[in-house]
Amino acid sequence: MIVMFELNGKSVSARVVHPTSLLAMLRDELRLPGSKNACEEGECGSCSVILDGDLVCSCLVMAADVERSVVTTVEGVGDDGKLHPVQQAMLDSGGVQCGFCTPGIVMTAVDLFDRVESPSPDDIREALAGNICRCTGYGAILRGLEAL
Amino acid sequence: MTAPPSTTLTDHVTGTVNGIGESTVRPDGIPKLQGSFAYASDLETEGMLWAATVRSPHPHARIVDIDPGPALAIGGVHAVLTAEDVPGRLLFGLEHPDQPVLASDVVRYWGEPVAIVAAEDPETARIAAAAVTVEYVVLDPLVDPEEADTRDEVFRRIRIRRGDQDVRGSVVVEGVYEVGMQDQAPLGTEAGLAIPDGEGGVDLYATTQYVHADHSQIVASLDLTAEMVRSHPTGIGGAFGAREDVNLHIHLCMLALYTRRPVKQVYQRSESFTGHVHRHPARLRYRHEADEDGRLVRVEADVLIDGGAYASTTSAVLGNACYFAVGPYKCDNVNVDGVGVRTNNPPCGAMRGFGAVQVCFAHEAQMDRLAAALDMDPLELRRRNALATGDALATTGQRIDTPLPTREVIDSLVAMPMPEDDDSEDPLRLPGGTGLTTERRDVRRGVGYAFGIKNLGFSEGSDDYAQARVLLSPQGAIVETAAIEVGQGLVTVVGQIARSALGIGNVEVRHIDTSRIGSAGSTSASRQTQLTGGAVLAAATALRDRVLTEFAGEYLDDDGVWRDGELVVPYAELASGGWEETTTFRHPPTEEPDENGQGTLHADFAVAGHRAIVDVDVGLGLVRVVRIDTAQDVGKALNPESVRGQIEGGILQGVGLAMMEELIVEGGVIRNPTFTDYLLPTVLDAPDVEALLIEQEGSWGPHGAKGVGEPPTISSTAAVAAAIREATGLALPRVPIRPEHVALEGGV
Ligand code: FES
Ligand code: FES
Repeated sequence: MIVMFELNGKSVSARVVHPTSLLAMLRDELRLPGSKNACEEGECGSCSVILDGDLVCSCLVMAADVERSVVTTVEGVGDDGKLHPVQQAMLDSGGVQCGFCTPGIVMTAVDLFDRVESPSPDDIREALAGNICRCTGYGAILRGLEAL
Repeated sequence: MTAPPSTTLTDHVTGTVNGIGESTVRPDGIPKLQGSFAYASDLETEGMLWAATVRSPHPHARIVDIDPGPALAIGGVHAVLTAEDVPGRLLFGLEHPDQPVLASDVVRYWGEPVAIVAAEDPETARIAAAAVTVEYVVLDPLVDPEEADTRDEVFRRIRIRRGDQDVRGSVVVEGVYEVGMQDQAPLGTEAGLAIPDGEGGVDLYATTQYVHADHSQIVASLDLTAEMVRSHPTGIGGAFGAREDVNLHIHLCMLALYTRRPVKQVYQRSESFTGHVHRHPARLRYRHEADEDGRLVRVEADVLIDGGAYASTTSAVLGNACYFAVGPYKCDNVNVDGVGVRTNNPPCGAMRGFGAVQVCFAHEAQMDRLAAALDMDPLELRRRNALATGDALATTGQRIDTPLPTREVIDSLVAMPMPEDDDSEDPLRLPGGTGLTTERRDVRRGVGYAFGIKNLGFSEGSDDYAQARVLLSPQGAIVETAAIEVGQGLVTVVGQIARSALGIGNVEVRHIDTSRIGSAGSTSASRQTQLTGGAVLAAATALRDRVLTEFAGEYLDDDGVWRDGELVVPYAELASGGWEETTTFRHPPTEEPDENGQGTLHADFAVAGHRAIVDVDVGLGLVRVVRIDTAQDVGKALNPESVRGQIEGGILQGVGLAMMEELIVEGGVIRNPTFTDYLLPTVLDAPDVEALLIEQEGSWGPHGAKGVGEPPTISSTAAVAAAIREATGLALPRVPIRPEHVALEGGV
């Protein structure tokens, strides 16, 4: 089937053959590799995207279900190639090491700062609870986001 | 989609000096934040096929027959290859080639690769792998490490005898300790893309920590000349030891050469858990003897680690476990008997800390027991025995001639301020978290200290070196290396070293393939800052000196060569001169151990200490690690923020081992190879961390730098365990410490 939806501000259509996840469609069909696959079972948050205003694990969403939806991925959060403030904060604080968790964490933080004007350190921790980072121990990520 | 694999991975920082000692930001940070950084799993190219692995469902079985027919009958399947198709050496291995590329007659662990498949898309490849019919005769697996020891199924035994066998102490403590099997669980799974070159050779872009070791193993198994195989660095989502060994590398090259098509593979998480080696589970028996003043008089240790089915790096891990069995303490009379056994359990190998983690858990528990037996402050006991420069390492007798600030680490850690007691009812501050299970009145606070020591760089007589090249190009200075950036920040620090040495701010670091530069060795053993950093410093310094001599210049910068305040050679002119310098850096030579395990086996050491502060719900057995303070011997912090990142990340892996991370292996079968069942610390499990960097000059690394990657993981586990013991009064001789170990033992 053909799925049509809005992706990072543009309308797109993608062909879906097997029953497949939104994550697989984004990466393999739509050539947006920013969303990462680290578990495919909703545990790590590396695949996080914003779907119709909600933060979701794209590995748990069926591709066919995003028909007529609005999806934002990490490729779509910056303004014209410029870093989103969340991205800049994580860069400055050293919150990126291997970077495999980074796109998911960026999406979680973008969603949090969209919803809550000035989140407290506890708000930030709670929001990030669904994102696994194996490298940083989270300290630099928290320092970056708390400084925003 | 992403950078085509034919281009070199490039990181470019332009501008200011950004030299050593500064917390320069990562050059690869922006693409990683924007999702455009090309990881191995993101690579693709025209006409690419996808691979899948057929793995053994038994930990031990004889293969009677493999029938690829049903798989080949599926549309879109291009190849099913087995051991018979391995053109060269069937066996591979980082230290000893003993592991079949594909099992031929016998499978020795659960998940061992038996056949490989290439198909048009990943789904078809997986279906085809499931359709390959393998007939097995199931055999009894050997899964008990003690039994393997008795049956002499061993990879290595080490016997250390130092000092006088008759000297005994008056205060004696004994203990038996156990460490579970931890997994590195790097967030990016194993992935790679092999591209045939049309002339019988192949280019491989795959997750790795050590391209040259992959290269030599691929060449041997494919029976090709060295020139015909090029192993390329690529983007990697973490490693922590999991990527030192070959896994999909030879498979992908075989399939690419057979099908004459590019072949890609990405392991799913469960395959990643079976597809790489793990941290060795260990059983440790100790006896410490001290005099009345608390001076260690004798230490005896039996160290048993389970290497699983194949050798991997078990020999070297066992070496480390034995050589650091006493910790950062002096003792003149030491016996250690170590064994790394062969079983039908999952193969174990490198993981951050590499043998030092397991023994640290035991020697630190022993030091606390000894302090209790002596009725002495456990920190005072450690101070009295602290190992220092000029002392002999307790196990090998090696005279330590690089800075070893054990005493400073202890004293500065103790002097760090303690957090306030917490009587908050906020569930986020309680061990049960937002599950609202914990009542504040059930919470006991505990504080525990632990100290660890480990070697830096390769040991026991290995010729450890790294090659690097620095050249002046029209785009700026370029550093070329085959050293692997796994996330740790090597790309940042070698750029800083080159900038400081050259005086040129515009420096680009290029990770290049095995055909274009000599080995940088492995990104492991905390060695790259010292080894590749050392090579870059030497190359950049030599290049600068040659340029300045040639033009009688005083200094160099982005504008060119300067003399008497005047620019005498503009950079553009310099850049067309073909200036380059390639250097190989070696650390001081080491020896193999003699028959008593004695000798100068190590080139350098680092020491670190951790203080863990925990809150324990003694009723439910739940633990919240409130804070970890650390002091770490870093030589010289070349990039303090990046060092802090290593410290915080390494500590959380240590906390993970202390509290939750364990692969559960039953009868040789891993029961929890998923992120749902193998629990990793989340941000809610992460303690606050305060870190003090202890800098001392005199190490042989660039500007006196020491490797910093592993020490954070070594004693953090032991410190958490000590803190939980203090809160509960329980012995807790095993990690991970699970709620039932606390609650059901009924502490306090
Ligand atoms: S890949 Fe979706 S949560 Fe892990
Ligand atoms: S930076 Fe590597 S997983 Fe987060």
